[in-house]
Amino acid sequence: MASGVKPRVKVPKSASAGEAIVIKTLISHPMESGQRKDSSGNPIPRSIINRFTCEFNGQSVIDITMEPAISTNPYFEFEATVPEAGDFAFTWYDDDGSVYNDTQSIAV
Amino acid sequence: MKYKAMTAFAALAISAPMLFAGGADDDTLSIDGEVMISKTAAPAHMAETGIDTIISGWHFREDDTQAMQTDTFDNPGMIAVDQAIDAWNTVEGTAEKSCASCHEGPESLAGVRAVYPKWNAEAGEMRTLAMQVNNCRTEQMGAEAYKYDGAQMTAMEALISVQSRGMPVNVAIDGPAAEYYEKGKEIYYTRYGQLELSCANCHEQNYGNYIRADHLSQGQINGFPTYRLKNAGLVQTHNRFRGCIRDTRAETFAVGSPEFIALEVYVASRGNGLSVEGPSVRQ
Repeated sequence: MASGVKPRVKVPKSASAGEAIVIKTLISHPMESGQRKDSSGNPIPRSIINRFTCEFNGQSVIDITMEPAISTNPYFEFEATVPEAGDFAFTWYDDDGSVYNDTQSIAV
Repeated sequence: MKYKAMTAFAALAISAPMLFAGGADDDTLSIDGEVMISKTAAPAHMAETGIDTIISGWHFREDDTQAMQTDTFDNPGMIAVDQAIDAWNTVEGTAEKSCASCHEGPESLAGVRAVYPKWNAEAGEMRTLAMQVNNCRTEQMGAEAYKYDGAQMTAMEALISVQSRGMPVNVAIDGPAAEYYEKGKEIYYTRYGQLELSCANCHEQNYGNYIRADHLSQGQINGFPTYRLKNAGLVQTHNRFRGCIRDTRAETFAVGSPEFIALEVYVASRGNGLSVEGPSVRQ
């Protein structure tokens, strides 16, 4: 179980309809690859976030599969077109089954 | 003979542009729209060094690295700040207190980073920020001290630094601090290690030039703790001192040692007037 996991998201408070906005997301996570060994030579088990999704009013905006080579505290920046006011729902899926959520509303 | 002369000429031709390509850039550092003092007149006590403008290390870094520091969200060091806020509100120790019990919000510590290391008259010692945090933990909270350069301590330093962001560094070097200033200065100008390099050789005489692929800064510590991309983590002032002395192939002083405390007083005072930037982002 990864500890101290905290999602952070930056979405503009408002946009005009049809405007492409920049969304930034960051989650603190060690992203242990499973390739490293501890001081006594035993492999450290893999513990990463393997999937990240963003939905707008239930419609998928982005869906990402993450692999072990991704570095600690994964950061994603992407653009989305906003047709109407609504909520962006962000979800991160951890190897250990934990799911981290965040939601941000945007006005038009 | 002719061949030698030609290679010498070629070497000169290659190195000449490099010599002039260095130096600090002229960009303006603003964090979330707040403009920082990243270049200013050197404090009076630096007259003998020949440096008339003190420059934040930010100006010596690549554009990409610089950009990460201009937005709080993009600054990976802010993750540690978030973690430290949790620690700030966590009750620990026999006194059943948290930082918040005495200090309320972390914003009450605005201005603290700018004046540390600071002489503590009551205890009769020079205290770095880390020492002060640990003193609070052991004396006020009855909790265990953090490891001097551990992740928890560095994160707490980052949280305290953010409260002073933009304020000019103002470390006292008179009165009881004068002794530390002098000792730190002596260390600064002492050549260490097999390479026989002093701090001044790189950071006073050659800032702006390259040491192999590395662009030398003035070695200012106003941005500490610093998020170093190569470590993917925060680095404390004393870690950086140790790293520099290690690179001269010397036996280094220990983190938190009297030598490094004195050196921190001296180096911090060389940045008097620059904005506190911590946590900054460097290569």
